[in-house]
Amino acid sequence: MGLFVDILLSGVAQGMVFAAIALALGLVSRATGIVNFAQGAMGMFTTFIAFSLLSDGVGYWPAFVAALALGAVLGAAVERTLIRPLQGKPALNPVIVTIGLLIVLEGAAGSIWGNVARGFPAAFSQRGLVIGRTRVAFSHFDVFLVCAVVVLVVAIVALFRWTNLGLRMRAAAFSPEVSRLLGVRVGRLFTLAWALACAAGSLAGLLVAPLSSFSPYFMDLNLVYGFTAAVLGGLLSPVGALVGGLVTGLAIALVGGYVGPDLQPIAALALLLLVLMVRPQGLFGTTKVRRV
Amino acid sequence: MPVGLHTEGGAPAASFGAGLEVERLTVRFGGLLALDGVSLAVAPHEVVGLIGPNGAGKTTLFNAISGFVRATRGWIRWNGRLLQNHHAHDLGRLGIARTLQGVGLCQGLTAIENVACGAQPSLHADLGSALGGLWRSSREERRVAGEAAALLGQLGVGDWAHRLPGSLPYGVQKRVALARALISHPRLLLLDEPASGLSADDMDDLSSRIQDLREHMSVLLVEHRMDFVMAACDRIVVFNFGEVVATGTPEEIQASPEVTEAYLGDAVGATPTGVGKGRVDAAR
Repeated sequence: MGLFVDILLSGVAQGMVFAAIALALGLVSRATGIVNFAQGAMGMFTTFIAFSLLSDGVGYWPAFVAALALGAVLGAAVERTLIRPLQGKPALNPVIVTIGLLIVLEGAAGSIWGNVARGFPAAFSQRGLVIGRTRVAFSHFDVFLVCAVVVLVVAIVALFRWTNLGLRMRAAAFSPEVSRLLGVRVGRLFTLAWALACAAGSLAGLLVAPLSSFSPYFMDLNLVYGFTAAVLGGLLSPVGALVGGLVTGLAIALVGGYVGPDLQPIAALALLLLVLMVRPQGLFGTTKVRRV
Repeated sequence: MPVGLHTEGGAPAASFGAGLEVERLTVRFGGLLALDGVSLAVAPHEVVGLIGPNGAGKTTLFNAISGFVRATRGWIRWNGRLLQNHHAHDLGRLGIARTLQGVGLCQGLTAIENVACGAQPSLHADLGSALGGLWRSSREERRVAGEAAALLGQLGVGDWAHRLPGSLPYGVQKRVALARALISHPRLLLLDEPASGLSADDMDDLSSRIQDLREHMSVLLVEHRMDFVMAACDRIVVFNFGEVVATGTPEEIQASPEVTEAYLGDAVGATPTGVGKGRVDAAR
């Protein structure tokens, strides 16, 4: 029973990281209709920048905030310089660009910081909490991790549901030409969406790095899990990202705990396949009806 | 109708008139001449209808005014200000609103959210304020939501405010699109086929609303429903092959043998008001 509870708790923590990645993928997809395959690498890069700042003696929280801000700037810069010029071009072009960016960022990180695995400090203790007389596999850092992602999801939902800015972003995503006629600066909102997404991706990198060792490639597998979570929840739904992340995290943890960690990626791909076959729009997605 | 003053060299002179002035506007798409030296004007509080067969250049003119396409030659002036290299997102700030062919509502937004979207040009809260959820931004959001609800109520579709466009009857969608254009308090309203798909009752209602709107704005509309155009417009401009071939009051257009023969056939000639007649295209 104790093992089962520990697996579930570790699944919740991991799932929250996947939820943050899924949210980032969804923000970009909602705004510009593409899947950003460089999302994980962008989070990796800003995590390395935070690592450099920490190594130079900067405090944890300033480095944490700087990484989030740099993530936003990186996202805005990528949208403005690499993605915007591809508007109106075949849909495959921006996808190839994001794959290229993934390779460039991982190569650059390897050149600058080396390819060796490193440890990243956590904001809070990673020793399991004691509940009653039992120590469980859920630490103060895990509590922070869950709270950080829940706050992020709530903030994004509130932005979209209850603010004019969110309304503009939704309108621009649904119908850019109509939105332009209404006075919406669509390009700026797409830049903002990329900035928010990459800040969320940076948060995911900062949260997952202390859970294991990190290297230029440490976000690759997390991107696969995050993508699974995004598809499971419904790519465009922030709440779906949260639920999808949780389900994916629990599934991965259960497979890792009872079957073996080597099978976790296969389990994620099996889950992805199952969702695409049974409910391709995801749990919180809606089907798009098209008149032909 | 005067269409603006120009110097000998062809450069636009200072305009003393108000309203919309289009002067010798030419739009070319590669080898296709979509508009060929079109000149027309819409005075303040005037309702002008553009008619002509499909492909005649009516929507291209709307797109040029809206900043979606660039003029090859000629000028567009709005209240004395030359519209040159302007963008679609500048329209609201200029006091111009446009509806689209069909309805053009954002399918994922409710009716009231669609209308609220149209208020963007009148928003005062900046991006930082909106991102931070500051009081100024919240106040603006309440104002816009209230105004959108009031407009939907005035247009008789308040009960549908929280429904998605896909679940609304077509006539209701049309009114939501009109409310979205009106919430920015435009001084020029561009209506692209506002009566298409409407029932006779809805069309009569729209016609009377346009007469009410003229107190506050000018209206330029593109329409194929001749009965509606004849009833709603002060003046009609007839397009063909990217050129203006006739301009006049509805009575003059109806009486013009050339226009009747070329565009209306016998459809309008049968009754002075043209009520109950078909599309221009169908009458050709």
